[in-house]
Amino acid sequence: MSGILVVEEARRDGSARIFQETLAAGRKLASLTGLTLEAAGVGDSNRNIFLQISGPAPRAGHAIRHPLLETYTADGYVLAFEQLIRKLEPQYVLFPHSYQVRDFVPRLATKFGQVLIGDVTAIEDGPLFERQLFQGRMNATVRHEGGGPCFVSVQNGAFRADAANGEVMPIAEFIPEIEPAQIRTAPGEPFRESAQTVDLGWAQRIVSVGRGIKDAANMPLIEALAGALNAELAASRPICDNGWLPMERQVGSSGQTVAPKLYMAVGISGAIQHLVGMKGSQCIVAINKDPDAPIFEVADYGIVGDLFEVVPALTEAVKAARQ
Amino acid sequence: MKIVVAIKQVPDRDAPVRIASGGKWIDESDLQWAMNEPDAYALEEALQLKEKHGGEVIVVSVGPERVGSTIREALAKGADRAIHILCDDLGARDALGVARLLAAAIKPENPDLVLTGLQSEDLGLGQTGVILAELLGLPHATLILHVEKTDAGLKVKRELEEGWYQFIEMPLPAVLTMQSGGNKLRYATLMGIKRAKTKELRAVSAAELGVEAAPTVTLEQIAAPKKQKSTQILSGSAKEAAAALVDKLKTEARVL
Repeated sequence: MSGILVVEEARRDGSARIFQETLAAGRKLASLTGLTLEAAGVGDSNRNIFLQISGPAPRAGHAIRHPLLETYTADGYVLAFEQLIRKLEPQYVLFPHSYQVRDFVPRLATKFGQVLIGDVTAIEDGPLFERQLFQGRMNATVRHEGGGPCFVSVQNGAFRADAANGEVMPIAEFIPEIEPAQIRTAPGEPFRESAQTVDLGWAQRIVSVGRGIKDAANMPLIEALAGALNAELAASRPICDNGWLPMERQVGSSGQTVAPKLYMAVGISGAIQHLVGMKGSQCIVAINKDPDAPIFEVADYGIVGDLFEVVPALTEAVKAARQ
Repeated sequence: MKIVVAIKQVPDRDAPVRIASGGKWIDESDLQWAMNEPDAYALEEALQLKEKHGGEVIVVSVGPERVGSTIREALAKGADRAIHILCDDLGARDALGVARLLAAAIKPENPDLVLTGLQSEDLGLGQTGVILAELLGLPHATLILHVEKTDAGLKVKRELEEGWYQFIEMPLPAVLTMQSGGNKLRYATLMGIKRAKTKELRAVSAAELGVEAAPTVTLEQIAAPKKQKSTQILSGSAKEAAAALVDKLKTEARVL
């Protein structure tokens, strides 16, 4: 019985940050429940896992190894984690809320008659789990009922990773039983659409536009503001979905992550998928007609109003100030 | 190809959400409702697959009486028939509970393909399609932008994080959850709206499907989010607010 099992995900860029944040969430849950922490992850033949623990080490680590897990598939991961969880019988299993976790953990939880408590932003006494509703316009507090295991995934950036202090833990190998025929999907190599020509990561100023712009014909308004500010143009997902700006100018979880000196969000409500891509900006300005839009929660300055009036006025004011 | 599309009715994106007394859910009176946008993309993909390969598109939706308007919208856009799972206690069911209802209604149809949106715009759980795949015993793939039928089954384009993609090949039958943006959404035509009135819309109750609400995750309360930063709201006319903002950006934030 391991109490709380924290699961690592191998990232393409080798970053361990989201694992370290999940560990921090695990420590919070451990402090509330008195349970102990263990960790697990899928290792491959070339790569050791758990090299990048930060903060106090979990009691033990479980390295899942199998040739059929070298490439991620939902079928393979569900089989492997189901077997490990049945062996360890943890009360809680914590994951980072990544695309991969969203792909296989709901299926894994169903094997246990459970439901993943996904995209958790805080854990409080109870334990109670906080998560967002209505694209960030509401917060919900939820509770797990009945027997375990309780599956939880943690929102990117919601828990602060501890500093690395070189602690290590004993690692046990776990070899699941998986047959090739049990893996029904054949995934191809990840690729990018085309050579990315726009790297917004280096931009000093960004003007970003969302659904509020209503029509492609209104885009010149935003282009004029970006021109006056000498800023790069960016957008939230719906604008790129509509083809009003190229996909490579999308900011958010499915696009680029940016941290400019100035980020001006125009007609963007601020769903979490967008916020994760820009909340590290130094100064955030939000222009939106809805005073309750979640973008105002992260903004330094806000104007509540009709962007079709505010943006032209702002373009003129910026031009005057920069002369 | 026989394709089932699971769609959800959600509060319209621009509708103001207010907390109901008791703090357990939002006030649903006077709310405008709409088809969950990712589900609209799932329906669009299904209609395009039918146009290319023939077959039938069946929409399924769970919810109270009001859900009928969203179902009729799907029929008007071109779905062939619909199943409405009547359920007044949606709030008492967790994602597994809802997926069980959908699975019970879908299973007898024996579809080649089940499509749904990657997540709903209200609860944002992003789990129903994946759970449905497990309950139906079918392979699945999530965050799909394009679907291509092959001799062996399907080749789908999946979105990964930070601008990466991959192709996945899989057999049929299968379950896919669709990402937005892969297609252009169609509008219902007048002819479509007229025709929808003659299409089969079968209602079935949760009790008839034999699925009880037995949630393992329950909602304690909802609340407006706490502010992470203290935002300075600049008021006045558009011109005044713009001037005040430029002044702040120049002298206080020093980013101009």
